Amino acid sequence: MNYGLLFRALLICVPLAISGCGQDSGTDSGTSGEATGMPSNAAGVIVDVSDANAQFVPVLSYRTGAYAPNGAPVANGFTDYLKLINARDGGINGVKISFEECETGYSTSRSIECYERLKGQGPTGAAVFNPMSTGATFAITEKAPVDKIPLITMGYGRSESRNGGVFPWNFPIYGTYWTAADVLITHLGNINGDINNLKGKKIALVYHDSPFGKEPIPLLEKRAEMLGFELLSIPVTHPGVEQKSAWIQIRKQKPDYVLLWGWGVMNSTAIKEAAGVRYPRDQMFGIWWAGSEPDVKPAGADAVGYQAVSMISSGQARVHEDALSYLYDNGLGSGERDGVGEVLYNVGLLNAALVVESIRTAQSKYGEKPLTGEEVRWGIENLDISDEAIEILGLTGYMYPVRLSCLDHEGKRAARLHRWNGESWEYSSDWISADDSVIQPMVKSASDTYAKEAGISTNACDS
Amino acid sequence: MFYREAGQFKTSYKADQAMFPIFQDKIFVAIWLFIGFVVVPMLANEYMFRAIFIPVIIMALAAIGLNLLVGYCGQVSLGSGAFMAVGAYAAYNFMIRVPELNPLICFLLGGLSATAVGVIFGIPSLRIKGFYLAVATLALQFFTDWTFSRIDWFTNYTPSGSIAVRPVEMLGVVFDSPMKKYFLCLVFLVIFTIIGTNIVRGRIGRAWMATRDMDVAAEIIGIRPVFAKLSAFAVSSFFIGVAGALWAFVHLGSWEPLAFDINLSFSILFMVIIGGLGSIVGGMLGAAFITLLPLFLNQLPVWLGINISTAMISHLEFMIFGALIIFFLAVEPLGLARIWQITKEKLRLWPFPH
Repeated sequence: MNYGLLFRALLICVPLAISGCGQDSGTDSGTSGEATGMPSNAAGVIVDVSDANAQFVPVLSYRTGAYAPNGAPVANGFTDYLKLINARDGGINGVKISFEECETGYSTSRSIECYERLKGQGPTGAAVFNPMSTGATFAITEKAPVDKIPLITMGYGRSESRNGGVFPWNFPIYGTYWTAADVLITHLGNINGDINNLKGKKIALVYHDSPFGKEPIPLLEKRAEMLGFELLSIPVTHPGVEQKSAWIQIRKQKPDYVLLWGWGVMNSTAIKEAAGVRYPRDQMFGIWWAGSEPDVKPAGADAVGYQAVSMISSGQARVHEDALSYLYDNGLGSGERDGVGEVLYNVGLLNAALVVESIRTAQSKYGEKPLTGEEVRWGIENLDISDEAIEILGLTGYMYPVRLSCLDHEGKRAARLHRWNGESWEYSSDWISADDSVIQPMVKSASDTYAKEAGISTNACDS
Repeated sequence: MFYREAGQFKTSYKADQAMFPIFQDKIFVAIWLFIGFVVVPMLANEYMFRAIFIPVIIMALAAIGLNLLVGYCGQVSLGSGAFMAVGAYAAYNFMIRVPELNPLICFLLGGLSATAVGVIFGIPSLRIKGFYLAVATLALQFFTDWTFSRIDWFTNYTPSGSIAVRPVEMLGVVFDSPMKKYFLCLVFLVIFTIIGTNIVRGRIGRAWMATRDMDVAAEIIGIRPVFAKLSAFAVSSFFIGVAGALWAFVHLGSWEPLAFDINLSFSILFMVIIGGLGSIVGGMLGAAFITLLPLFLNQLPVWLGINISTAMISHLEFMIFGALIIFFLAVEPLGLARIWQITKEKLRLWPFPH
């Protein structure tokens, strides 16, 4: 083969290609600005990131990779709500929202890259980050205080980060994994008549072998010690399609209950494997990330009776009607029309609603203009969504009131369970409160340990 | 013309044994050092430091380390992620258990721990070769994955198995800003490159290469295979272990065992193969190629103003990335380093080719 010829061709082509690229980017970016701004139906709904009067909200999402079936609906719900605020209300008090999505593939290193890419965009930088992954949350937690950008980790992340005295920039609003685990244990106690009746029972935790899956273990161990039940921790390796050995272990050990702490394809696989070893599905309880349509539908009839703790279930409230009429009727929706109102879509929507309300709260102090991350942080910390506010949001029946303070970055400590009936999710319990007298000391000691190792103060709330 | 060494006479042994005997090479290296130490810090912004330069430099260090083993000694290894993990976790444990130690020493001790593990897991290489050895080193990868996620002592009993560290402090400087971190990594890379270059052109490197080319012949001319293979494992693991400590402490700041999984081993091996087996420059070029190309492809549509969904961009990124790897390997199986070498040969004759 004649390398010389090829090499010469390369020498000629490369400079040409580079100069070609330069020209392309020059002309194309000019037209694209018009393309996104001009069409009449999109006017004012999708705002360019460079708009100097818009509040920039970065979106870390994963629509590809092993977790895409779960990541995509969350991202759709999240971006739909941001667009809806622009379309229906003309922004937050007139301040339009611009956003940019960055694909992470649920990989921590890619999430960091996206964080770095997006944090400085928009007129005032990123308002708040929603990492959408516990592993990424751990990594970004180290960077956020330096960059002064808050993190909202709705229903995931570090459980001890609800202590604002040590973690001023982390907001695990709407429930941590310790809250979820304690709600599940309380529910199991309710089924048995009294929580002390769990003595002598055997509870298995089948978990995703990552920081996400390991989070509930300290709380469950503490509860096992207090209540006298036996805890069986069974890890499942990422991404969780291979879990035969875990379920053989369950068949041998015959636990009274199985808690499923999975994400993505791991959940439906677990339900199928449970059916395979004839473990009753009505004795299986999932975390809120294991309680959505993509988790149960692939398992078909095997999933009937499976329950999960829930932040928000499926269904359509008033806000969904708005999303359909303002966005989907105009062809502006992020996903498919059928997906509106699915569990994970609603999770994304609720998450975006918390972001928007935080910015609105911050505007009450700093004025109706694009705000910096530091200003938005104040808004999150002073977030107070009452029943009346939920009515205004159009989420009545779908949301529990939250109220944050410096010492409590979680805002609520209750959750409901829902059950898959083969067709849809339906609530199977009332709001169950976690026992904060158990969680609070653990939060204190874990966050103190973190502060000591990281060399930071524990009293950010006193100043 | 540009690379003609005519007229450059080496009149002493010292000149003949210099690291870069040709004048033009010295200029090239000086230019690169100038770019690295002066131009980049002046021009780069935070994103470029954190997402581009720091990862590329650390990965280049790891790729050079693996290249010593695979490219120079011919021992295929799929355990580089494991060696990085050993370096990172060992450095972490030295740091928290002996707080008086300087982080610099902890990093080197992390590298030495990786060396110890490397020598132990290198022993099978005395009996098995090629693909079989690759599978044996794969065992090391799974073993470390298991160790660091199951044995809580290594993670200091953190509940989620995830470690967070504060910015390292060395010689009175706290490496907290991206630029300081960049300089730290760059200094490590330069020092280790000098060490690596000198090892491979010395007695040990020649022993490695002889073993690689034909181990029976090497043994007959007096090279002890035990020494050659185990020293390759030792030096390579040390490099990779230090890279692992840097990756964890300087780049990530907070990590979980998954950060050093099999995918990392694969990508380092790809860096070595695409960069060029048996070449120090190849390790750097490969690291830059594998780390930067996906980022470039991912952002290209935005720069060009093409409006497509992030999912589509991501799919395209994988497809084009794969196609480009095949293209490069088809056009130049010896890697980017070989392309660089051909360029030099061409420049030597240009503009008057035969």
